[in-house]
Amino acid sequence: MPVVQQVLFALVLGFVGWTMFRRISVIKKTIALGKPEDLTDRPGERLSTMLRIAFGQKKMFDRPVVGVLHFLVYAGFLLINLEVLEIVLDGLFGTHRLLAPLLGGFYPILIGFFELLALGVLVACSIFLIRRNTGSVPRLSPARHRELNGWPVKDANTILVIEIVLMIAILSMNAADSLLQERGELAATGPYLVSRWLMPLFSGLGDGALHAIERGAWWFHILGIFAFAVYVTYSKHLHIFLAFPNTYFTRLKPKGEMENMPAVTKEVKLMLGLQTDSGEAPAEPGRFGAKDVMDLSWKNLMDAYSCTECGRCTASCPANITGKKLSPRKIMMDTRDRLEDLGRNMLANGGEIKDDGKFLLGDYITAEELRACTTCQACVEACPVLINPLDIILQLRRYQVMEESDAPASWNSMFQNLENNQAPWKFSPGDRFNWAEKVN
Amino acid sequence: MEYKVPTMADLTAAGETPEVLFWVGCAGSFDDRYKRVTVAFVRILNQVGIKFAVLGTEESCTGDPARRAGNEFLFQMQAVANIEVLNMYGVKKIVTACPHCFNTLKNEYPDLGGNYEVIHHSTFLQQLIDDGRLKVQGGAFKGRKITYHDSCYLGRANDVYEAPRAIITALDADLTEMKRSRKNGLCCGAGGGQMFKEPEPGKKDVNVERIEEALGTGAETVAVACPFCMVMMTDGVKNKEKEDTVKVFDLAELVASANGW
Repeated sequence: MPVVQQVLFALVLGFVGWTMFRRISVIKKTIALGKPEDLTDRPGERLSTMLRIAFGQKKMFDRPVVGVLHFLVYAGFLLINLEVLEIVLDGLFGTHRLLAPLLGGFYPILIGFFELLALGVLVACSIFLIRRNTGSVPRLSPARHRELNGWPVKDANTILVIEIVLMIAILSMNAADSLLQERGELAATGPYLVSRWLMPLFSGLGDGALHAIERGAWWFHILGIFAFAVYVTYSKHLHIFLAFPNTYFTRLKPKGEMENMPAVTKEVKLMLGLQTDSGEAPAEPGRFGAKDVMDLSWKNLMDAYSCTECGRCTASCPANITGKKLSPRKIMMDTRDRLEDLGRNMLANGGEIKDDGKFLLGDYITAEELRACTTCQACVEACPVLINPLDIILQLRRYQVMEESDAPASWNSMFQNLENNQAPWKFSPGDRFNWAEKVN
Repeated sequence: MEYKVPTMADLTAAGETPEVLFWVGCAGSFDDRYKRVTVAFVRILNQVGIKFAVLGTEESCTGDPARRAGNEFLFQMQAVANIEVLNMYGVKKIVTACPHCFNTLKNEYPDLGGNYEVIHHSTFLQQLIDDGRLKVQGGAFKGRKITYHDSCYLGRANDVYEAPRAIITALDADLTEMKRSRKNGLCCGAGGGQMFKEPEPGKKDVNVERIEEALGTGAETVAVACPFCMVMMTDGVKNKEKEDTVKVFDLAELVASANGW
């Protein structure tokens, strides 16, 4: 391989690495806008959760057929990367199939296995593409779910098409390579398990054309992978990386438990005379609840970047099923959109966020959506990567009620009843025990 | 037998401690329909000979609806006051027939200084059955189709799925599952403060969606384990004009009525 190609390759690799590094640091910075929350206790349990849910894809298998198809793509992604490693090394050192001499007879078996995976990815992604675009899966249909219109649909299709094209490139490259090997142009290591069936397609071509196809597919494949790697960081597809930390740092408490607000506890105890004022200056409590992403925990924000918009949450949401505006997927997408807007804001203003007059609550998520939630945990249960849309909803509700006294009139009556009668209904507390008259 | 409902105040005055505190909850105290569940459960406790007590007028709302609606301040006012009472009486173990009270007492009171062993009445009844202390005479429900509607705060929120089903099975009834059950169960529509407000605009009410599924099983009895589910399912049955053929009962009612209590 001419040195020019090597230099070019190294430059491209460097550029991709630098671009990704920059992009990842922006994402990290926006996640760091969230409030601190310690989620490092019980590391053993966390590790095992991550291994089961992310590595083992446990929840994906709740729907077995899709689970298997998704697993094919996932396994393909993980393992074909080993071959990509060889490609990158070849590109840097100007070698051809660097690992073949080292692995000997095992090499064609390994490549054959990778090809099988590539075929699996090809088939699964084709099925996904058809399924997604024929309206056979309601949760993926933009006609039914407004949050999918525009970019999200394009994003989803782009990812699938890129994956299909990349797999075709790798199989074509191997087929052309095997033909050249047969003709003694390259060292013989093939033919390989799957690409051998493509060889007849190219067998009528001359050596020059085959070399061109082999090199062309090689460059196309690796440049495609580089481009995809950068693209992923701007896309919903980021779940392929974030599923791992996101499941590791999940909250390990029972789902029903809402986060306590210690700032409120102190005030309540003072009011009830259970604690005397220590005279210390009270710590600035900040905002009660959440109005914007900075008021949420960093984990809520990582959740947003981990969402791949599969919509299982929305498909299981009782409010959404019965036609209300709430869609838990939209809550996550809105949170991410807000983060992305702030990320761009930061980049444009030298690392500082310039006030844009916008907030997550109001400009992205509306009161009507929040108020439709029954807190039933179906969305939380449905998420294959342990995202929690409900937690965001509840924190936004806290802001509405505690900072803005913005609640439906009937909730205000309920609050009043609680204050006056210690029950959500208007009954006299003195009558609370009257039921006992009925036991005999 | 003459049923008794001792209060913590009475027992403490007599120098006694109960085995368990029965937390009645607001619905169990005030809602006419759910008071029948409270009564059924108290009769079971009496029949089995459990040494229990209630707080009577010293009980007040756990604060759950306020917290879910976003009013943390009001929630904590309720919670801290309740914890004061519970701790004053040295309460160790609590049983309740309300999954919302159950979740709040069990998971959310510890952060505010209230640490108790809290169990839902479905688990409590299952344990009594398992220990042979509670016999369930299958009679009335034998072979009858019963479908169980999972409460979100019992199921997904706290992973209690089997105890309610074990009770229905102990009745020798024909437990028929809805398609959406256990962790995939569909909410009745009342959680998260929805019980206390009109639903947001939509195509349908959640309880109607759910009752259609329940009716689809062909069951004559819809078993519930939560006061809010009770209201929503009962309204759903009325909406479908099936109140003559389909009844909604709490698990404690099923057990008590099977035994003629």
